[in-house]
Amino acid sequence: MSTTDTIENTGATHSHGSHGHGSYLTSSKGLLSWAFTLDHKRIGLMYLCSVVLFFIVAGVLALGVRLELMTPAGDTFSPDTYNKMFTLHGAIMIFLFIIPSIPASLGNIVLPLMLGAKDVAFPRLNLASFHIYVIGACFLLYSLLAGGIDTGWTFYTPYSSESGTAVVSALLGAFILGFSSILTGMNFMVTIHKLRAPGMSWTKMPLIMWSMYGTGLMQILATPVLAITLLLLVLERTYGIGIFTPSLGGDPVLFQHFFWFYSHPAVYIMILPAMGVISELITVHSQKNIFGYKAIAYSSLAIAVISFLVWGHHMFVSGQSEIASAVFSFLTFAVAVPTAIKVFSWVATLYRGSIVLNTPMLYTLAFLALFTIGGLTGLFLGTLATDVHLHDTYFVVAHFHYVMMGGTFIAFLGGLHHWWPKFTGKQYNEALGRFCAVMIFLGFNVTFFSQFMLGSQGMPRRYHAYDKVSADLLPTFEMWHRTSSIGSFILGSALFIVLFYLLHSLFRGKPAAKNPWGGKTLEWQTESPPITHNFATDPVCEHGPYDFDVIEGADDHHGQAADKRG
Amino acid sequence: MAHLLTLMTGPQPEPAMWLPTAASSQAADVDGLFHFILYLCTFFFVLIMALMVYFVVKYRRKSATQKTSAVSGSHKLEIAWSVIPTLLLVVIFFWGFKGWMNLNVPPEDALEIRVLGKKWSWEFDYPYNGVSGAGELVVPVNQPVKLIMSSQDVIHSFYVPAFRIKRDVVPNRYSVLWFNPTKKGTFDVFCTEYCGTSHSQMLSRVKVVSRDDFKKWAETGGGMDGLSPVELGKKLFSSKGCVACHSITDDRMAKPGPALGKRFGKMEEMSTGEMVKVDENYVRESIRNSTAKIVKGYAPVMPPFPASSVSDRQLNALIDYIKSLK
Repeated sequence: MSTTDTIENTGATHSHGSHGHGSYLTSSKGLLSWAFTLDHKRIGLMYLCSVVLFFIVAGVLALGVRLELMTPAGDTFSPDTYNKMFTLHGAIMIFLFIIPSIPASLGNIVLPLMLGAKDVAFPRLNLASFHIYVIGACFLLYSLLAGGIDTGWTFYTPYSSESGTAVVSALLGAFILGFSSILTGMNFMVTIHKLRAPGMSWTKMPLIMWSMYGTGLMQILATPVLAITLLLLVLERTYGIGIFTPSLGGDPVLFQHFFWFYSHPAVYIMILPAMGVISELITVHSQKNIFGYKAIAYSSLAIAVISFLVWGHHMFVSGQSEIASAVFSFLTFAVAVPTAIKVFSWVATLYRGSIVLNTPMLYTLAFLALFTIGGLTGLFLGTLATDVHLHDTYFVVAHFHYVMMGGTFIAFLGGLHHWWPKFTGKQYNEALGRFCAVMIFLGFNVTFFSQFMLGSQGMPRRYHAYDKVSADLLPTFEMWHRTSSIGSFILGSALFIVLFYLLHSLFRGKPAAKNPWGGKTLEWQTESPPITHNFATDPVCEHGPYDFDVIEGADDHHGQAADKRG
Repeated sequence: MAHLLTLMTGPQPEPAMWLPTAASSQAADVDGLFHFILYLCTFFFVLIMALMVYFVVKYRRKSATQKTSAVSGSHKLEIAWSVIPTLLLVVIFFWGFKGWMNLNVPPEDALEIRVLGKKWSWEFDYPYNGVSGAGELVVPVNQPVKLIMSSQDVIHSFYVPAFRIKRDVVPNRYSVLWFNPTKKGTFDVFCTEYCGTSHSQMLSRVKVVSRDDFKKWAETGGGMDGLSPVELGKKLFSSKGCVACHSITDDRMAKPGPALGKRFGKMEEMSTGEMVKVDENYVRESIRNSTAKIVKGYAPVMPPFPASSVSDRQLNALIDYIKSLK
């Protein structure tokens, strides 16, 4: 079969193909064997280390922002330093953490394993994607070291055309990172098309594949628009070619259209993989067939398509035509429906399951709560009349943190804990895991729920100080800002404990079993950690990904699941 | 939790948990819609969470061999949770659209006021009342007002939380915003489009006064007539936006521009190393041609204020005010 041929061809491209039966972590040694590896698992692991590093950098910047806002006066940092801190927090979180977080790190590691493939379709391109990511990151970091950048991560013109800070290197950084994103998306799409194990039809794929497929589609189609936009802005700054700046004859609102044409689909580039992770976690840890496989699968594609048509909802007060705004508002509600279907289906999946409240499951439940709040508060912002009041206030800040952090980041943590035993071969401290999951959930809500109140009361975002507001608003602002800051310190502390016990498990953790959770998807059939070639013999897909009532013969996992119905 | 709290306290008259004082005719409709969405969201959130918690408790794994259901979907249920939200969303959309049209169509008899946004202050001109360059927006109560707004530099956004109105102010084009104030009082104006260093200082106030008080205010040139030079200078110092960047104390670190307290008559070191005495001519030059001399340690970011923006009389008043900052 052509599928099998491709798998073999891919395997042959490994430089260390001759000894592909040891653990991928130790099969070859030395820095170069990592830096130039073609193994998707090693590339995924390098991505994982990079995104975690950048998360810490951007997270520390966020704590700085919260520290400043503890008190109304702008007395901790200078206004310029504060402006650079929130800009870099946003830019690093978006471009260096969230966009690559689930697809490029966890996705790279588990996608070929779950499909029963030896690697992604184009291993060299996969490595190139990582190298491009590193180059892009260097440009962004150069911006940080060359005095920072103060435009906000959205780079709105004409401010970004005239700001005296290191804007060009940051724009080039985001431009370069886009290519990394495109290559990963394309690679995953081709892999899903061509490298599924024999027997794995489209509707027998794990649902995370549908999410990754939708994500790839958006990465390929939307990212080039951002690339062109950023390049035009670089040309404008460098050569004074008037495109967006009014004094040169340009149109600043055009920039916003271009920017959001990418950046709204990008929101779904960030959340779709998280939805995929949740579909896997909720089924495995409740040993239960997914409720509404097709609805969840097709809603991923529906979200991917509709997400291209809603960018104007970021611009209701920008001066775009009233009719355009009305159309964008309507289409925004259209994207809410497939999202609602997913949430209902996940909750229904729990019905008559066998639920374990372990660390990955706690993150899954946290995701359901936080993402639901994030999604529902989107209704206030998609609605024309209420958005006018809430636009560019802390309400928006709270909303997108519930979706991006409460959604994507929590799913990332859940996925990390779920697949950690698989790709490290070690088991982390479960008690600490549960404790931190609860602390993160509480800290998160204290931090960001207070921001809904701040925003609906009128507190604008990106404010360095708020001591000059009238006495009507000041006490409210002060109370909720202080609450939010205290929450962020709880959240930050819990995250550092997570980092600690995960690293600790690498050295002192108990060896993990092949299939510690009783999962039915193919990655649980190979060793923990997997061998370099993933599977000793080519796997065959004999049942659906969530058939927890099927008894398997050859599989000797620890699973309680296998004898469940027996 | 907070959702539940709100459900119990409801849409109270102010001070409310969610929305600030409502002081315009549009606010009531926006607030009604806000609370409608809030209750709908609370209902669905509680429903989803209650089901989730119930399932987690009821179907918690008690033994390793616990059977799970093979149920894989239900068309009836799936159609229900697709169609019901869709219908509710259509209702929200049309309600929002109605409010949106109301926010966008100013009445014919609205009082026109021009608004100029610039780094980092707001300036208000009254074409039919003979007031120009006011730093605060003063309007009569129950009188529809139409703002015709433009920007001198980057994009700003004019936002009055108490009126539930907001609109970007974009260079090279006019944007329009209207409101009908229903309550007397003073309300905050914020800039909500990030515009650089002192974005958070780009504040102003709307003063809603009685018709008589408005007339009186307009007749005295926006309250600028009959003031002593120092008092006028103090008013101008805030209305022209000086206050956003210059502290009136001698705390050098407080703001992005040089602190002005106790500076007049002293020697100041420039970026070129030259020592300059802070006198009338130096202050005049620093306002008219703001980047001619830069105090050491500061960036040349201040815009120039030509005679069209600050008249000679106003300039004198500003100098007198700075002199008075002992």
